[in-house]
Amino acid sequence: MHIVVCIKQVPDSAQIRVHPVTNTIMRQGVPTIINPYDLFALEAALELRDKFGGEVTVLTMGPPSAEDSLRKALTFGADRAVLLTDRFFAGADTLATTYALATAIRKIGDTYGAPDIIFTGKQTIDGDTAQVGPGIAKRLDLLQLTYVARIGALDLDARTIEAERRSEGGVQILRTRLPCLITMLEATNEIRRGAMKDALRAARATIVKWSAQDAGVEDIAKCGLRGSPTIVKKVFAPPPRAEKAALIDFGSRSPAEALIEDIFKRQPKLEAELVTLARGF
Amino acid sequence: MSEPAKTPTPAGRAATKKELPDHFKGYKHVWVFIEQERGQVHPVSWELLGAGRQLANKLKVDLAAVVIGPEGEATRQAAAEAFCYGADLAYVVADNLLTDYRNESYTKALTDVVNTYKPEILLLGATTLGRDLAGSVATTLLTGLTADCTALDVDADGSLAATRPTFGGSLMCTIYTLNYRPQMATVRPRVMPMPERVAREPGRIISHPLGLVEDDIVTKVLSFLPDRESAKSNLAYADVVVAGGLGLGSPENFQLVRQLASVLGAEYGCSRPLVQKGWVTSDRQIGQTGKTIRPKLYIAAGISGAIQHRVGVEGADLIVAINTDKNAPIFDFAHVGIITDAIRLLPALTEAFRARLSPHARDRIAS
Ligand SMILES: Cc1cc2nc3c(=O)[nH]c(=O)nc-3n(C[C@H](O)[C@H](O)[C@H](O)COP(=O)(O)OP(=O)(O)OC[C@H]3O[C@@H](n4cnc5c(N)ncnc54)[C@H](O)[C@@H]3O)c2cc1C
Ligand SMILES: Nc1ncnc2c1ncn2[C@@H]1O[C@H](COP(=O)(O)O)[C@@H](O)[C@H]1O
Repeated sequence: MHIVVCIKQVPDSAQIRVHPVTNTIMRQGVPTIINPYDLFALEAALELRDKFGGEVTVLTMGPPSAEDSLRKALTFGADRAVLLTDRFFAGADTLATTYALATAIRKIGDTYGAPDIIFTGKQTIDGDTAQVGPGIAKRLDLLQLTYVARIGALDLDARTIEAERRSEGGVQILRTRLPCLITMLEATNEIRRGAMKDALRAARATIVKWSAQDAGVEDIAKCGLRGSPTIVKKVFAPPPRAEKAALIDFGSRSPAEALIEDIFKRQPKLEAELVTLARGF
Repeated sequence: MSEPAKTPTPAGRAATKKELPDHFKGYKHVWVFIEQERGQVHPVSWELLGAGRQLANKLKVDLAAVVIGPEGEATRQAAAEAFCYGADLAYVVADNLLTDYRNESYTKALTDVVNTYKPEILLLGATTLGRDLAGSVATTLLTGLTADCTALDVDADGSLAATRPTFGGSLMCTIYTLNYRPQMATVRPRVMPMPERVAREPGRIISHPLGLVEDDIVTKVLSFLPDRESAKSNLAYADVVVAGGLGLGSPENFQLVRQLASVLGAEYGCSRPLVQKGWVTSDRQIGQTGKTIRPKLYIAAGISGAIQHRVGVEGADLIVAINTDKNAPIFDFAHVGIITDAIRLLPALTEAFRARLSPHARDRIAS
C-alpha cells in the first residue's frame, strides 16, 4: 500500500507578533512547526502502514527551509519525503496550491507507485481554510472523506474503505472506493515518539526536491500568485474597541451583588428572561 | 503558501488592469446555499441570507436561496422558509439520492445550478458540510474561495470584499476574487447576526434536476449515528454563556463555572488550553478554532482574552470579564470588568443569582 501525506510547515502562530506601527507580521525569529493538524493525518497513515504494510510518502510545498518539517516527519517513521519548492509557487492561494500539490502527487504516483490513500490535515493554522484537501481530491478526481474521526475496515483486495465522518449533528459511517483522499480530524490519535532508528535514518535521508518543472507542472500560469483567483487586498490588525471595560467598583457591597446589579442595569430585559431560563432550584 | 502568505496587492480591479472576462459578465445575483441535514436547516443558512440580503441590496440584484435535499416536505419547507428570511427566489434540487449528504452528489447538484444560472456571489456556511462542499465546488469551477469570513461587503466597483482572520487570528485580511465568477465565501455559524423572520408567501421557485442514479455515486452511507441529545451542546446558540480559562487553576475549579451556568440556565464553555489539558471536551471550546457565540450575556472567568478567543465572543451583547490582572487584554473588549479572584467570586455569584432568580423573585418580576 502507498500512502501520501500532505503536511505544511507553518509559523508557530502562538508566537507571531504584529508590528505595532506597520501592521506587518514580524516573522523574524518565529519558529516553524509542522501544522499541528497534519500530525493526526501522519499518525493515521503510519498506523495503516504498520497494519497493512507498504510505504508512507510525506509531501510539502514550501520554501527550501520546509525541509526541516519533512525531516521531522521522517523521524516519526515516514518512509520518503518530497519537497516541492520553486519561486513560481510563491503566493499561491488554495486553488493554485491544489494545482501544484495534485501535479506532484501524480508525479509521486508515476515514480514510486500509485497512492491508495492521500491524507491531509483538517486545516492549517496559518491558512486555516480546510479547503486544500477537498481541492486536491477534486483535481485528482478522487473520492473524498473529510473530518474523519476513525478509519474502519480497509479491504485492499476489494479496494474499499470504511470511515466514520463527523457531520454537524452526528457521525456518518461511509464506505467508499480506493484511491481516496482523507482529511483527518484533530485529537483522533497521538503522534508516536518515533524510534531511534528512524531518527538516525531521518538525519541521513535524502529529501526528494522537485521544482515546478521536475514535478511535471505543465502550465506555470496556474501556479503561485499568477494562478490564484483571489488576491489579498489588505492585511490589518483587528481594531481595538473604542472604550475599555467599565470596572465594577463594589465599595462596601459584596462583589457578586454589585456585579449582578450592573449586569441588570445594562440589560434590563435580561432579568425576566433569566428567570424563565434559570433552572437551578 | 496559502492566501495570507501573499504580499498585499493594490486594491480593486483597476489595479490589476484586467477587465472581467466576457464570459463572466452575465454572472449576476447573490446566492446562499441552504444547508439541511436530516430535515433540519442549519441556522447558519438564515444568518447568511441576512448577510446576503445586504450585499444584494447594495448591488441592486436578487438574493436567491439554493436548496438541495431529498424530495418531499422537508426540502419544500426549507425553500419556503428561505423567503421568510429574505430570499427573492429559490433554486431547488430535490432528489431522494440527496437524502444524506455526500460530496459527489451535492457537488454535482450545486455546480450544475451555478453553471446554469450563473450567480456572481455564492455563500455557504463554514460547517463540516459547507466546507466539504465549498472546496469541491470552487475547485470544479476553478474560482476563488475565501473561507471562514468574518465580514462581507461590496466595494465601489461591485467586487465582493471578504474579510477573514489570518495567521491564527493575529491579523485580518480582506480578499477579492477579481476575475473569476462566482465569488465564493464561507462564514462560520454565529458570525453574522440572525435576521428577523418575517412571515411571507413563497416566491419564485426554480427546480433543477440532479441527473444522477445511485450507481453513479460511489460513496455509500452505511449508517448515521446522531449525537445523543444529552451530549449535544447548544453553546453556539445559547442566550447566556459562562466560560472559564486557565486562571481557574484546576479541573475541580471548573465545576464553579458549570454551577453558575446551571443556575442561569446557561451553556458553559472554555478557552483552548482547558481542552488541550483534557479538563473540558473540545465541543466546549470558544474561539477561532472552537465555537463562535453571540449570547446576550457572556461571563468569562480567568480568561486572558487572547485574540483567538476574542474573535469567537465579540458578537455577545454584554461581555463580563472576571480577572485578577487589571492589564489582561480581555478588559480591552469586555463591556464590564471585575478585578477579583474568580475562584472566590464564582460561588458567591452563583448564590446571589440563585437568590435573585428564586421562585419568590419570579413572582416579584411577574407582578
Ligand atoms: C492557531 C491558534 C488557535 C487558537 N484558538 C483558540 C480558540 O479557539 N480559543 C481560545 O480560547 N484560545 C485559542 N488559542 C489560544 C490563545 O492564543 C490563548 O493561548 C488562550 O486563549 C489562553 O487561554 P486562557 O485565557 O484560559 O489562559 P491564559 O492566557 O493563561 O490566561 C489566564 C488568565 O487568568 C487570569 N487569572 C489567573 N488567576 C486568576 C484567578 N484566580 N481569578 C481570575 N483570573 C485569574 C490571569 O490573569 C490570566 O489573564 C489559539 C491559539 C492558536 C495559536
Ligand atoms: N503547502 C502545502 N503543502 C502540503 N500540504 C498542504 C499545504 N497547504 C495545505 N496543505 C494540506 O492541506 C490541509 C488543509 O490546509 P488549508 O486548506 O490551508 O487549511 C493541511 O492540513 C495540509 O495537510
